[in-house]
Amino acid sequence: MDRFEYAEARLSSGESFLIREKGVNLYDGNEKTSFEGGEVVLTSHRLLWARPGDIPRGLTCLSLPLRYVVFVEEETGSTSFGFSRSKKIVLHLSQALPGKIPGPVNRSSHHYMKLSFKEGLNSNFVQIINETIQSKKWENFSPAATPSQASDVKLRAGIVGIERGIQEKQKAADESISRAFQDLSKLMGMAKDMVNLSKNISQKIRERQGDITEDETVRFKSYLLSLGIDDPVTRTDFRSENKYYIELARQLADILEEPITDVGGMMALTDVYCRVNRARGLELLSPEDLIQACHMLEKLNLPLRLRQFDSGVKVLQLHSHSDVNVVKNTALALEDQGSLTAEELAQMLGISVLLAKERLMTTEKYGKACRDESIEGLRFYPNQFLQRED
Amino acid sequence: MAEVEWPWQYSFPPFFTIQVHNETRTKQIAAWRSLILDYHKITKHCILDTREAQRTALFNNTAIDRKLPLEGIVTILEDLARTGNAQPLDKQKHRWQIYWHTLEEWADLVYSWVQRCGMMNTVCTLYEITDGDNSADEEFHGLDTEIMVKILQTLEVSKKAELFDDNQGVKFF
Repeated sequence: MDRFEYAEARLSSGESFLIREKGVNLYDGNEKTSFEGGEVVLTSHRLLWARPGDIPRGLTCLSLPLRYVVFVEEETGSTSFGFSRSKKIVLHLSQALPGKIPGPVNRSSHHYMKLSFKEGLNSNFVQIINETIQSKKWENFSPAATPSQASDVKLRAGIVGIERGIQEKQKAADESISRAFQDLSKLMGMAKDMVNLSKNISQKIRERQGDITEDETVRFKSYLLSLGIDDPVTRTDFRSENKYYIELARQLADILEEPITDVGGMMALTDVYCRVNRARGLELLSPEDLIQACHMLEKLNLPLRLRQFDSGVKVLQLHSHSDVNVVKNTALALEDQGSLTAEELAQMLGISVLLAKERLMTTEKYGKACRDESIEGLRFYPNQFLQRED
Repeated sequence: MAEVEWPWQYSFPPFFTIQVHNETRTKQIAAWRSLILDYHKITKHCILDTREAQRTALFNNTAIDRKLPLEGIVTILEDLARTGNAQPLDKQKHRWQIYWHTLEEWADLVYSWVQRCGMMNTVCTLYEITDGDNSADEEFHGLDTEIMVKILQTLEVSKKAELFDDNQGVKFF
């Protein structure tokens, strides 16, 4: 319905009257509209609809430019089960052109509309309308008056102008992104060769151990290692997902055990994700794969465990790292300092604020801390309510 | 008016945040209960308006710049109401009566005083009870009349007293 325009029921130059029908209802897609029982006039350029009697008087009517009509067919009335006497024809419409004259409906989700003829229909109607569309008489029409001309002149003012600006920017961004990815895929292609090359070199080193000194071998190997994991587990290496995740989990435990020990036994999953992908360099892991692999850790009896806090934060922690210990240490720190915020604890222990907060919350859950919420933020104190007897 | 003796919790900042941990919260609310009742007992105030409560020293410790949020006050008052130590006076629960003795305890106090003074089967005014010379040493001396009416109504239920004259006079049995 949004292709309709308000127009005066007057023929413009070069436009000719073709056929008229009475008692016509308009449907937007399959939905009834308030435009019922009107008159339809088909001209060489437009399809006009108006209340009975309005068209001869030259009043304002609804006008559908025929250039929007892609295809016309007669509805084979299965939906009405033969009860309704009215005949319907379906008009399939193309996108409304920008700069369209406003009509009765601004936006419609349907790309077709229906005309329902309550009082029957001249059997030639569909044929005539199809012929008119094919002849495209409106194209010979003086171009100054057609809205398509208007679309060439860029409108800068108003919401339409802004919207158009946004659209153009998006288009440009789209293009530059796809160009960027082209480069990236080239790089990925090259990277495979690079990895192969380095593998070959390390192979050769192994074979001809005697030719170069021990020292040089070690140094070269460390170069290779600093490039990342020398043989990352990739999906293509495995047939079944499960096996892939199992291997991935093993590798995770392998490379993460040390860094996690270093940061105090716990690492947020986001940090894990960054570290792993940095180490892998090119064969990047998706977050889903990482999580799947983390779920495998426990089954495989590896030294790391995936843990989800009540707040929803996920971390990897050492199996040996237990809540009781955390609570004990945090409670001690609280006694030491008198009170702590997550930020302070994070600084003290060199962990992330998020994890520090989880530690404090865990301590609170075990009844060893209590909170003080004020305008200065959330601060934790030793739980004197339970500890102090009076 | 006697000075209120603030407990140690009063200068402990977490006291002014309703705790999340169950056991801790129980202890905290118990501390608040006894503080509120003591405070009202000492100041002899019986009415607490939640809209103004945050301005009183009871809920606002200016020394450590902490005050109990409104939800906290309501939580504790509702807990007091459960044990009969408080009662809301309006539907919005803005105004509360605080009973540091429950109405039953008060009723017992008044009734035993009446027995001691030999005022059984006699008529006396409410003014005599709350402000008379006879009751000068009693705890209910100077008590809010509205609360006294409620106390006597409690006695009425157990057929130990009868109010008349638009709650101005009372007869004990």
